[in-house]
Amino acid sequence: MTATRPDGGLLRAAVLGVVALGLVLPIVAGLWQTARAGAGVMPAIGATAASLEPLRALVALPGFGTALWLTLVTGLTATALSLLLAVATCAALHGRLPARAAGRMLTPYLAAPHAAMAIGLAFLLAPSGWIARALAPLVGWDRPPMIATVNDPAGVALILGLMVKEVPFLLLVILSALSQLPVRQHLAAGRSLGYGRGIVWIKVIMPQVWPLIRLPVMVVLAYSLSVVDMALILGPSNPPTLSVLLLRLFQSPEIGLLLPASAGALVQALLVVAAFGLLWGLERAGRALGRWWVRRGGRGLSAEPGLWAATAVSAVLFAAGALAMLSLLVWSLAWRWPWPAIAPESWSLRAWSSPGGGWAGALGNTLILAAATTAISLTLAIAWLEGEDRARRGRAGWAEALIYLPLLVPQIGFLFGLNVLFLRMGLSGGYLAVIWAQALFVFPYVMIALSDPWRARDPRLDRAAAALGAGPWRRLFTVKLPVLLTPILTAVAIGIAVSVAQYLPTLFMGAGRIATLTTEAVTLSSASDRRVTGVYATLQAALPFAAYAAAFLIPALVWRNRRGLVA
Amino acid sequence: MRLISAASLIVALSAAPALADWQATLDAARGQIVYWNAWGGDERTNAFIDWVGEQTAERYGVSVEHVRLSDTAEAVTRVISERAAGQDSGGSVDLVWINGPNFLAMKEQGLLFGPFVDGLPNARFVDLSPGAAAAMDFTVPVDGMESPWRLAKFVFVHDSARVDAPPRSMAGFVDWAAANQGRFTHPDPSNFMGATFLKQALVELAPDRAALLQPATDDSFAEQTAPLWAWYDALRPNMWRGGEALPANQSVQQQLLNDGEVDIAMSFDPASTAAAIAEGLLPETARVFVPEGGTIGNVSFVAIPFNAANAAGAQVVANFLLDPAVQARMQNIEVLGSFSVLDPARLDDAGRAAFAALPSAPALPTLEDLGPTLPEPHASWMTRLTAEWARRYTR
Amino acid sequence: MTLELQAVAVAPRGGAPLFPPVSLSVRPGEVATVMGPSGIGKSTLLDAIGGHLAHGFTLSGSVRLDGTDLLPLPPEARRVGLMFQDAVLFPHLSVGDNLAFGLARSVRGRPARRAAVEAALERAGLAGLHDRDPATLSGGQRSRAALMRTLLAEPRALLLDEPFSKLDAALRDDLRAFTFDHIRSRNIPALLVTHDAEDARAAGGQVIALEP
Repeated sequence: MTATRPDGGLLRAAVLGVVALGLVLPIVAGLWQTARAGAGVMPAIGATAASLEPLRALVALPGFGTALWLTLVTGLTATALSLLLAVATCAALHGRLPARAAGRMLTPYLAAPHAAMAIGLAFLLAPSGWIARALAPLVGWDRPPMIATVNDPAGVALILGLMVKEVPFLLLVILSALSQLPVRQHLAAGRSLGYGRGIVWIKVIMPQVWPLIRLPVMVVLAYSLSVVDMALILGPSNPPTLSVLLLRLFQSPEIGLLLPASAGALVQALLVVAAFGLLWGLERAGRALGRWWVRRGGRGLSAEPGLWAATAVSAVLFAAGALAMLSLLVWSLAWRWPWPAIAPESWSLRAWSSPGGGWAGALGNTLILAAATTAISLTLAIAWLEGEDRARRGRAGWAEALIYLPLLVPQIGFLFGLNVLFLRMGLSGGYLAVIWAQALFVFPYVMIALSDPWRARDPRLDRAAAALGAGPWRRLFTVKLPVLLTPILTAVAIGIAVSVAQYLPTLFMGAGRIATLTTEAVTLSSASDRRVTGVYATLQAALPFAAYAAAFLIPALVWRNRRGLVA
Repeated sequence: MRLISAASLIVALSAAPALADWQATLDAARGQIVYWNAWGGDERTNAFIDWVGEQTAERYGVSVEHVRLSDTAEAVTRVISERAAGQDSGGSVDLVWINGPNFLAMKEQGLLFGPFVDGLPNARFVDLSPGAAAAMDFTVPVDGMESPWRLAKFVFVHDSARVDAPPRSMAGFVDWAAANQGRFTHPDPSNFMGATFLKQALVELAPDRAALLQPATDDSFAEQTAPLWAWYDALRPNMWRGGEALPANQSVQQQLLNDGEVDIAMSFDPASTAAAIAEGLLPETARVFVPEGGTIGNVSFVAIPFNAANAAGAQVVANFLLDPAVQARMQNIEVLGSFSVLDPARLDDAGRAAFAALPSAPALPTLEDLGPTLPEPHASWMTRLTAEWARRYTR
Repeated sequence: MTLELQAVAVAPRGGAPLFPPVSLSVRPGEVATVMGPSGIGKSTLLDAIGGHLAHGFTLSGSVRLDGTDLLPLPPEARRVGLMFQDAVLFPHLSVGDNLAFGLARSVRGRPARRAAVEAALERAGLAGLHDRDPATLSGGQRSRAALMRTLLAEPRALLLDEPFSKLDAALRDDLRAFTFDHIRSRNIPALLVTHDAEDARAAGGQVIALEP
């Protein structure tokens, strides 16, 4: 009896070690630190007795209840509406729009960082913003209308902002799930039985898609419930959402507030857990209800107009996103642009012309961080997948959960605790700390982006290479990596986009010393010069755009004579 | 040889030990990078800080890295968390632009390096006698723990093309807002400028202005602020967005003024309006106004945290900021337009000439336009005002 | 050089073997055929011999090539060539570079290696196609290129996994002859897995039927 040789054991052990120590440990340790502080134990500031006092102090803060409610409403609404719109849009357009074209159309929205998008939307939607300026001559406004369209107390602007980013993300996720299903056949079968297009989607396709998109939806949910940068720019201010309230507490000069802030971070983590519970409950209920509904056999031909309405709303969101990004560029080139002019009165390159005064440094830092985190994440992802190959194992469920962990835990919950740890290790405020903290979020996306194409590649290529005498390293470097160039570059682009967009990890771990385009853009968004903000936000969006463009162009160029790889 | 060294020894001894110390400080500072944590919301200030860094690098070999904050409290928190982690040296903050409650918090918690101001050679140009503006920070004695660098005086800004009769007193804002629905707002009181707006009103409306110079007690606070809240309750419903939403800080409010969403903005820098016009950030018709009774004013300082990694370099920067030529450049409307903290009476001829040569601008108020400067209330009033406001007006 | 299988069986971990133990001895130059219904594990048997078995399968029995036990060796050290249904040329390399990938290390020096590749292309009727994109070749050309690539690695045995099933009838005969001729002239043992009785007949070696 011979078992297959346990190949690549060392590589797998190394990858597992790096992931456990570099990814899981910081999160767990950070959460633990936060939890201790939240329970009133932070010896460094003289708090040693565990009690519920921090929680009590938190609850007693003016506006805490409203903040909690706002967080729930904005987070749940944004996720639910985004999912609904994405599903309906997919149902309406699937098969009518080539998947590749759709993917390419979505890319700019995925690439645009949340902060840049929020800054653009804030101008687009404001009572004195672009939309109002376009309407002013028609409606006869000589002054901006008195309507709270951004920072509104109900958080509508924040919900919209989240949707502009999340609908494209979910669309892409659904599209990639659909590519694994025989949608056309199911649709034809359903419609031949007299079911409307929309109903086939809900009754037949979605139940198959859901398990494939559940984790990404959870990521969106966790993100929407804990977003900081977008909430700062678009959200209500008095009180703000919980995460912004916590950020204020963490940054307050009153040292004692660190304890209720930590308790708040725990509340936020619990909120996310509760939302996951809600999702799980809805899924169960939906399944039971759905079965009953499917058995009733309603044809629901009338769902079609609903689909088109949803698609129209999605189109409006996309248009808003495009205008928002455009407005950033226009502002960066404007000199005077007063109400109610629809275009700047005078133009100037001044905001761009002093790179030494600001943006060059931030751009440099951003590039360094993006390059380092992406390189580390890509190396680790490739090592992980190669380790699987060498052991001839497929994906492991627990490993998958591990990868998603950083995306499901609210950032503020463990970043504060992690920063305390980093400080003790003397790491805080340096590039290493920021790179580490950013990589926690970059690695999962790189891994997710790379693992499907990696596992879906033709395994016979490796076998052929091995049969020709190529050892594992030669197979990796001369066969796998070149063949996977396109997905690798796409993963790199995603890694860069994620790194560029990181706000909280950079702010907390960088001790403010490491200014990136994102931290500067968020800071500047509360300053008076939209033109300079426009420069930072434009650059912030341009970097991921460039990365995606490169991921598209480089393979096309390198493999221009290799039809088998370009198709 | 022996004679020369003896002579130089005598000179060194007679020239006060401070100067010898200063040479030591300069030597220690050479090659250091000073992380100056300063609010980064104003491009002209940012550019000025960059210029300071270039100059100190050239002259003293001290470079400055501007850590741009959206709120000074961020830097305070950073120092606190460093102490919490036991990092008593090599801290990440070397110099911080500070005053008011943030200074009080750091001073009370022993988070500051110093006293160091007396050791700065250029401190001789500043009036540091007890009770002088640069020796007090919100009625809290500075005690040499922070060094002044720019003068702040609270002013309002309006667009004279849209508003011809701005309010003439704080009390007058109620009627003005009622007549101009939704055209007035103020920054959130959790922000320095929003709190200052409340303080300005408090100073005018309090029954006993002298009580504000003492630390607030529950009783004195209730008594002195009662008219303020009555006034605010009357003002609030007619504010921008019914007072439900407020701009985060004065920059955002200035943007609202520029966008035409509101008619009044506020600033702690009388020259900022002229500067903003020159920068294209406000219409040409924007003008400064102050209530007739005058407005509160204070001095902005720089302080050095107890664990600063580059304390020597930070002192060199603090001293450079007090150089008359630097202060004159700072007051130049084409550069920063921020009023100097130096005492004109202590300047030498060159210093006086530098100030006399500064250009003017239509939106730049004269000192007479600005009226009397009212003292800041004790810092405890601001803390309480902010908390009480949040308690009353946060849903 | 003889390929000897002694009671070779493959089972999913903890499960029943896919097929009864196979014992077989393939002489040099002989093309033995394994036949059986789909799903029986014919390709898995080839994977086991070639060293490509996925995790979760256990292999029992022994595989010897010319007296050497193959099972402890990693696939790249077994020197067992593999031919697939589709040619499986490396899509990122030109036709010539695909062949060069297989060309044994013992051929040294750029000119010598290039000459060896050109000669192999010539033999396969692919002269002048050195720089072509493999995706632009016809099915028959691809298969011939793949065989040449495999032979250039100087394998000591060859495994053929339904290499002719996707070709049309005329081309199939042609390629069978081409492949079997080469195997005979190299005098190495080969094992062919197929559905097609015609393949077995043309191979002319012993035939083993796998049955559950």
